[in-house]
Amino acid sequence: MARIELRGLAHSYSAKPKGDADYALKRMDHVWHDGGAYALLGPSGCGKTTLLNIISGLLIPSEGQVLFDGMDVTRLAPQQRNIAQVFQFPVIYDTMSVFDNLAFPLRNRRVGEAEVRARVEEVADMLELTGELGRRARGLTADAKQKISLGRGLVRSDVAAILFDEPLTVIDPQLKWLLRRKLKQIHERFQLSLIYVTHDQNEALTFAQQVVVMSEGSVMQLGTPQELFEKPAHTFVGYFIGSPGMNFLPCRYEGGAAMVDDLRIPLARSVLEHTPRRGVPLEIGIRPEHLRVGANRANGALPAEIAMVEDLGNFKIVTAKLGRHTLKAKLPEDDPVPGDHGWLTFPPDRTRLYADGRLVA
Amino acid sequence: MDKRPYDNKAWLLVLPVFLIVAISAIIPLMTVVNYSVQDVLGPFQRVFVGTEWFEQVLNDGRLHGAFLRQLVFSGCVLLIQIPLGIAVALAMPIKGWQSSLCLVLVALPLLIPWNVVGTIWQLYARPDIGLAGVAVNNLGIPYNYTSSAFDAWLTVLIMDVWHWTPLVILCYAGLRSIPEAFYQAAKIDGASAWAVFRYIQLPKMRRVLTIAILLRFMDSFMIYTEPFVLTGGGPGNATTFLSQFLAQIAVGQFDLGPAAAFSLIYFLVILLLSWVFYTYITHTDREDAR
Repeated sequence: MARIELRGLAHSYSAKPKGDADYALKRMDHVWHDGGAYALLGPSGCGKTTLLNIISGLLIPSEGQVLFDGMDVTRLAPQQRNIAQVFQFPVIYDTMSVFDNLAFPLRNRRVGEAEVRARVEEVADMLELTGELGRRARGLTADAKQKISLGRGLVRSDVAAILFDEPLTVIDPQLKWLLRRKLKQIHERFQLSLIYVTHDQNEALTFAQQVVVMSEGSVMQLGTPQELFEKPAHTFVGYFIGSPGMNFLPCRYEGGAAMVDDLRIPLARSVLEHTPRRGVPLEIGIRPEHLRVGANRANGALPAEIAMVEDLGNFKIVTAKLGRHTLKAKLPEDDPVPGDHGWLTFPPDRTRLYADGRLVA
Repeated sequence: MDKRPYDNKAWLLVLPVFLIVAISAIIPLMTVVNYSVQDVLGPFQRVFVGTEWFEQVLNDGRLHGAFLRQLVFSGCVLLIQIPLGIAVALAMPIKGWQSSLCLVLVALPLLIPWNVVGTIWQLYARPDIGLAGVAVNNLGIPYNYTSSAFDAWLTVLIMDVWHWTPLVILCYAGLRSIPEAFYQAAKIDGASAWAVFRYIQLPKMRRVLTIAILLRFMDSFMIYTEPFVLTGGGPGNATTFLSQFLAQIAVGQFDLGPAAAFSLIYFLVILLLSWVFYTYITHTDREDAR
């Protein structure tokens, strides 16, 4: 178990990076706490796997340091840094039995055979693999194979952190949540640090205590699932997290309110205290869950056309047109939806202001 | 009950294949069987001799010698070419144009006709004008494959390794199909280079290796052309292997009866050994699948 610290970390796959664009991972400083469950979330190609491979030691970063509990491990090989990794496609040793697969990391480290047996049996019991220990690993299903790869990390008593690289990609949907629950149990029981790479926000938000949202090699925000939902630090996070994503409207800033074209949207006092610099493009953002749609004119409500209503079972998604802008609202199943015309209300305490893509308040 | 229609005319569909097989394999084989039990004295004069030729051939000391040489030769071929082929395959680049280039270069010897291979090495190893032969002699090591049995063996073996190891190298195809994650996981599991080979690389190469071993065994057991061109079976009988021994009886001395008897024995030996190999390999394969 370890606290993982990234100091001035950056990585480029080209030997002589010229500009920012050549960096797969842009300079970052982070401290990840011991025993935490972290998810690295981002679209394909955002650098999350690169970051994971740097932490596990499969990749040596071109700049900066990685520290485990204050010790510099940047240049240590994976087997020297007490880390386990589960890959996207299950890695098992075909010709070995399930038992030998689980025992492999211990035997390679010359652990005594009695202890190997004890550890393997304990882990197999936890992963519900006890019945399979004697058989060959070759013919197993994808989820059982993935459990074995996870087990090879768990058998080692010295593991500081277990890293997951989209481990559920090849698992059947109905088995996914079983495996995810297993992971949570293991995390609670052993208090291991877990780092989990995924591009699936549901996976990240249900699994992790802290989510690291990445885009184009940078960390956009590190926060709890709730923080990401309520206060996205960047328009990218707002749009990427949530389904549908956050609504953003370009606006001007005028006398204590945001002006979208000529419509006035009031802002909360906490926002007004942070007056943004002039000459920076501004946007307001609001979650579809927070946008209110009414049939009757209310105080401060803005007139809009209702373009489409999608009924998705336990909720509805309303697409509304406010002037030339399109907005989405997520309404509970029972809420009445106005016909062609409705009135939109932006609750000030839920409406965020963004300057140049970054959260003002 | 099987309710499918039953029609004997369907046998006619097999007829073309049957004819081809009959003309190409069965009839020639039967003439050999025919010769093996008769003494042919002239075009229309023959005597049935039963198993006499078989007894004569099996008790022939020259055959015993050739058989022993053949076993030693095939054993050496397998012992050298299989590990060497694997080693070269492991050393080849996995990705990019370099890997394709390597594969083409390595496979080149496979494309050269047998007797050309023999001629190449015959010239290359000559102690008077051959590049290799002269070079070795100039290093102070006496080398002459026409007079020394050891040198002749060495030359035949090196030639065969040069010609056929590329076939074993084809197991490299299996290596290319191993995803990077396997090597990464092995690193994290703390696996040694040997363990990576034993548990990741070897299982992927097994299928091709199985076929390579079988082919290399059969081909080396039947080797004829290259030693014939290179050494002519000499010096003495040092490199006279089974095929050449057979040719000596059949074409050289025109002893059709003994030659036919020996052909059948030779054929059965290869069939038997190949069958043993094959069952052993498929058996372990099935064991693996469980």
